[in-house]
Amino acid sequence: MLRMVAIAAALVAWAGAVASAQEITIKAAVLRIETERPLPLSRLDLPPDDEAFAGARVATADNATTGTFLGHVYETLEADATPEDAILALDELEAQGARFIVVTGPAETILALADHAAGRDLLLFNASAPDDRLRNDDCRPNLFHTAPSRAMLADGMAQYLVWKKWTDWLLIHGSHAPDIAKAEAYRRAAARFGAEIEGELVFEDTGGSRVSDSGHVLVQRQVPVFMQEAPDHEVVVVADESQVFGAYIPYRTWEPRPVAGDAGLVARTWHWSWEGYGSTQVQRRFEKDAGRYMNDVDYQVWLALRSVGEAVTRLSSADVQAVRDYIRSDAFELSGFKGVALSYRPWNNQLRHGVLLADGQLVVTVAPLDEFLHQHTRLDTLGYDQPDSTCSF
Amino acid sequence: MIKPMIKPLRLILGFAAALLTGAPAFAYTIYVTNEKGNSVTVIDSETWEVTGTYDVGQRPRGITISPDGKELYICTSDEDLVEVYDPVSMKMLHTLPSGPDPELFVLHPSGNPLYIANEDDNLVTVVDVKTHTVLAEIPVGVEPEGMAVSPDGLVVINTSETTNMAHFINAETFEIFQNVLVDNRPRFAEFTSDGSLLFVSAEIGGTVSVIDPSNGEILHKVSFEEPGIPPEALQPVGVRVTQDGKHIFVALGPANRVAVIDGESFEVIEYLLVGQRVWQMAFTPDEKYLITTNGNSNDVSVIDVAELEVILSIPVGEQPWGVVVSPE
Repeated sequence: MLRMVAIAAALVAWAGAVASAQEITIKAAVLRIETERPLPLSRLDLPPDDEAFAGARVATADNATTGTFLGHVYETLEADATPEDAILALDELEAQGARFIVVTGPAETILALADHAAGRDLLLFNASAPDDRLRNDDCRPNLFHTAPSRAMLADGMAQYLVWKKWTDWLLIHGSHAPDIAKAEAYRRAAARFGAEIEGELVFEDTGGSRVSDSGHVLVQRQVPVFMQEAPDHEVVVVADESQVFGAYIPYRTWEPRPVAGDAGLVARTWHWSWEGYGSTQVQRRFEKDAGRYMNDVDYQVWLALRSVGEAVTRLSSADVQAVRDYIRSDAFELSGFKGVALSYRPWNNQLRHGVLLADGQLVVTVAPLDEFLHQHTRLDTLGYDQPDSTCSF
Repeated sequence: MIKPMIKPLRLILGFAAALLTGAPAFAYTIYVTNEKGNSVTVIDSETWEVTGTYDVGQRPRGITISPDGKELYICTSDEDLVEVYDPVSMKMLHTLPSGPDPELFVLHPSGNPLYIANEDDNLVTVVDVKTHTVLAEIPVGVEPEGMAVSPDGLVVINTSETTNMAHFINAETFEIFQNVLVDNRPRFAEFTSDGSLLFVSAEIGGTVSVIDPSNGEILHKVSFEEPGIPPEALQPVGVRVTQDGKHIFVALGPANRVAVIDGESFEVIEYLLVGQRVWQMAFTPDEKYLITTNGNSNDVSVIDVAELEVILSIPVGEQPWGVVVSPE
């Protein structure tokens, strides 16, 4: 099913707003690739219907406000597609004039879209897929990433756990491919920052109903037994991107231990409680507009469209090549409410992120931590740095 | 909790400073808003003693005082109000409507009206401090913050943190007549006393733009570099210029430094080590001292302006944000 809605940015004719003679229209699109997602364990984690689109609406309004002073008009199309009709949807968006396409969905579809768009006047942003291969062997010159990679999130978590001197880890990972990949990211992070993985457990997903009436009775008996034979450890690190079991671990461990990873303390790009570095204002703008809290995907879509807006504002041009070159240049700086300028790594088109480590209620800390140094920018202590990168455009 | 340990040290330092300064200086009163402490710390500039700490509304940030010294204005951000105090008794006189989440404001040189940045609504609210009414709401860029008025009172400046512009507003018609694109997250705007130059700091961009207000041209961009400090920590926020325009002081946030810039060459001539996360600053009216608020070390630093030296730090409340000094 292909559905498209156009939202034109509200253009307010402000008295006194001085528009330059050069009027530019910037047309972007958000394309959501819908795949079957399992239901989360907690009903609080159900993805909102307007995920990604809501972030786009706020970004478009923000860009448009700035555009009012410069004569720049922003328009963002919204489209849904399945992996099968994704290419068709991209062609349709291009036919409607969209040049900057923000995609959410699985890595293989995003890669297929980038290959399909190669050599055309289009720029793609990956706002959801964390797969490190998109930043390494499968990187593409026309594909930027505002989603963090698994390595970036795992490195951010590792810095804090090591800072706390919780260096003996028990790693529990799920049986699905994303969970196995996340576990690999934690192994890499442990080796980079000096933690030891004392033992590993695999939680096999055998299917079955996620929620059952009074199901907690069984869970509180099963989880401790599952962890009973684990070697000594200081912290439990959970790799469960699929959200099959992670939320069951905290408070049910055999030994009394903190839980981090995809449950307990979670590494992410955004959190509903985050108020640091002036972020309260964007939280409130979003909540007023969407009637709910902003999540990571909304924020990553916001960053993608704001990247385009920032480039167009500085260049006074919406030329796709010029925007791509500017975004990859040293001159590009984006404020994303993390206290430092965000920019793209030119070796793999990955946006540098400050990673929030948060529990359910509050942000505990922000990685990179001050103690982890780097010769260029501390943000490059997270994920694949230039010497480690296997990407070549 | 750690105050009892710090107090004796402060007394000793205060005594030493009084000895050092020697010549009788005018006694001014310094008011510091404590963002997390929900209070205002009052300091005597002669003895450098804290003479009182007063509870105010939730999350006090921007602070200013009327030219006659009779009214102290405080942005209490989480109350969505401007609270007005008697600077002597520190009793609240009344409140002013401010629009939501007021952070920074500027008073017209005549003492009326007050121009307030409303970060949430992309507005500058103009409030008459005599009639306590809103005169205008001016739409500006995304996340307005920095506010300044030209010394002749004709031009109001607002900086918008996500739009990255300095908006030039006609102080009488409330219309924007000029926009200048600066670097990322412009936090603060400050004119020279003759109005010939405007300085705009960009926190994330790490620069201060020197702007010709007559045509909006950026004449110069000051950037910062200090060995041992990561470049991303050099985040300019508060800016103050001496009356003669010879020195520009720039608070560098998490770099814990105040940069001193030469008013002719626009080169940084000194980095002064102050407390942690320094954001706002204020001169004493005789310009002998500059007081800086250090949000993460819960103190203010006192800079000797002639010597370009930090002479003192004074513990205040939790997370000091804004500072203003009484006219006499």
